[in-house]
Amino acid sequence: MSFETLRLDGVSRSFGGHEALAGLDLTIKRGEFIALLGPSGCGKSTALNCLAGLLPLTRGSIWQDGARLDVLPPERRGFGMVFQNYALFPHLSVRKNIAFGLQMRRVPRAEIRRRVDEALRLVHLEEHAGKLPGQLSGGQQQRVAIARAVVLEPALVLMDEPLSNLDAKLRLEMRTEIRRLHQSLGLTTVYVTHDQEEALSLADRLVVLRAGRVQQIGTPEQLHTEPANWHVADFMGYRNLLPLRAGPRDGTGIVVEFEGHRLTGTPVGDPAPGDEVIAGIRPEDLRIGPAGGPGVPAGSPGVAAGGPEVAAGSPEVPVGGAGVPATVEVVEYQGREVAVEARTDGGVALNLRTTDRPAIGDRITVSVEPRRLLVFPAGGAT
Amino acid sequence: MSAIVGARPALRHRLAERGIDRQLLLLLPAALFVVTLFIYPFLYGVGLSFQPTRGGTLGAYREFFTDAYLRDTIFTTLRLSLPAALLNVLASVPIAYRMRGRFRAKRLLTTLLVVPITLGTVLTAQGLLNFLGPTGWFNRTLLSAGLVDAPVRLTNNYWGVFFSLVITGFPFAFLLVLSYLSGIDPSLERAAATLGAGRWQRFRRITLPLLAPGLATTFCLTFVLAFSVFPSAVLVGDPAGTTRVMSIAAYDAAYVRYDYPLASAVAVLMGLVELLVIAAVLGWRALLYTGSTAGGKG
Repeated sequence: MSFETLRLDGVSRSFGGHEALAGLDLTIKRGEFIALLGPSGCGKSTALNCLAGLLPLTRGSIWQDGARLDVLPPERRGFGMVFQNYALFPHLSVRKNIAFGLQMRRVPRAEIRRRVDEALRLVHLEEHAGKLPGQLSGGQQQRVAIARAVVLEPALVLMDEPLSNLDAKLRLEMRTEIRRLHQSLGLTTVYVTHDQEEALSLADRLVVLRAGRVQQIGTPEQLHTEPANWHVADFMGYRNLLPLRAGPRDGTGIVVEFEGHRLTGTPVGDPAPGDEVIAGIRPEDLRIGPAGGPGVPAGSPGVAAGGPEVAAGSPEVPVGGAGVPATVEVVEYQGREVAVEARTDGGVALNLRTTDRPAIGDRITVSVEPRRLLVFPAGGAT
Repeated sequence: MSAIVGARPALRHRLAERGIDRQLLLLLPAALFVVTLFIYPFLYGVGLSFQPTRGGTLGAYREFFTDAYLRDTIFTTLRLSLPAALLNVLASVPIAYRMRGRFRAKRLLTTLLVVPITLGTVLTAQGLLNFLGPTGWFNRTLLSAGLVDAPVRLTNNYWGVFFSLVITGFPFAFLLVLSYLSGIDPSLERAAATLGAGRWQRFRRITLPLLAPGLATTFCLTFVLAFSVFPSAVLVGDPAGTTRVMSIAAYDAAYVRYDYPLASAVAVLMGLVELLVIAAVLGWRALLYTGSTAGGKG
């Protein structure tokens, strides 16, 4: 049943002239956990349904090792699928739901019993085996759906936003559960989600989709630190995306001008001087100093305007130009840190995180390290 | 203080919690309507059936069951209505199953399938006579094609009424089955497919069990429609013989023999036979899974 590689070759799907998925190329190795990530309508569920055989391809092909797969109906692909709404058979008990796939494969009765018991144990539902799905909670239903898919030891497990109907606490628990099952059973998993945190924490590799097209494929770390364009950055938590104009190159860096302040950043792609660019910064990479920035001579571009936090840091760390003055407008408590929305004198809202406790109305100075300020071409996406 | 806490809430409040409040008065006109136009005539008829001109309280019933010409109408009616209702339900299932998705011209096709409801029995009967009668198109085609030597008799007998019941009953059955089918979460069959179930197994193991209670209800409704057949039994049937159904017997008793108690007795027995069949079907339905047909949250 198992495979070494599963290759998607230009997989495309159109709905009445609208291209929901355009040319997805992806090779999945055995044992990998792949997350398809993107906003709703990006084509990630379409890709999953194409893999499962529930949607015929418009173009392209799917290959399991040397065998062509996209011509087979879903019941002959041998993939397990976990649906967003679980799709448990409401008239069958938990045990019969899990046994269904084994019965379809004409597995002997005694073996069905053994494997269903094992699957029930795996998802901690032994005492609920006789219940109907309607008598279970959302989290329990989800576990039945997972058990039903993995009991067949499928070559590939497809999960379509399986956690989106659960509450926040349960979602975290199930996330760990899914990763644990993936590892302990040696599964190969393709997981669809719109939650970047979920994707980053679960997957070995992520595929970021937008408007049916692949934006970037890479490990969580690659996507997190080196997003390929500002759309991916937007999805990866770069909440500050500032439309600016590119200035001259500065060594490996690039200078952008923001409200009269020159900031040094790291170029992504090849923005030429004068181009429209988008500067991306994570909230946690913005540093806060007290007010007074404008008073510091511009002759010290390497140091943010006298913030104690920054000054206390290593003086070798270059800071992307002088600090930008701003006023604290919103402070959200988030445990150890607070999320702050500050507005610059030019009226631009900046999101930042800090362990300080600034008060609303405080004047602050905001600065960023050059390597934490990514400068993308404004067109960006392919 | 404690007295106030322990006090029972006002009577009006307690009644309201059980759904009894002044809004119930809004039901009054409808209730009055049902009582005067249904319950009273019904009870009057039942009472009448126990006051025959001869033979004591149960005289009318005794007459019905001793007279084979009357008694056999029960079987004549069942022989027509049970197969017709069954065929209507069974034929609806595959057609509705094919039509539950969205496709071009669905509305047109549904309209065509449902139009017979609007025609009424008399028009259907006329159509049947023209089409299936001894000189109708159907027989003329068969004759000219040399397939038969003499016209096939399809009207003014059992088959004429049967066809009429199917033509008028099918749209009801189809619409009901279609709505029951549409209520079944389509992701269930998709899930079954990914678990290795082929087309037939998906239907047999997932859709059919979820649809069965709806089929039982549909059967009951089309059966009741077919059981009280009167116009087509007269117009395209053989009202003196093979299609002498109970409603014809009741009509005869009331307006040919002017024996109102006997007619009432026939009517009451019609209701009883219907109730027996429905009770049997619903008893079977109670054994089935009748809960939600959704696959989970959402």
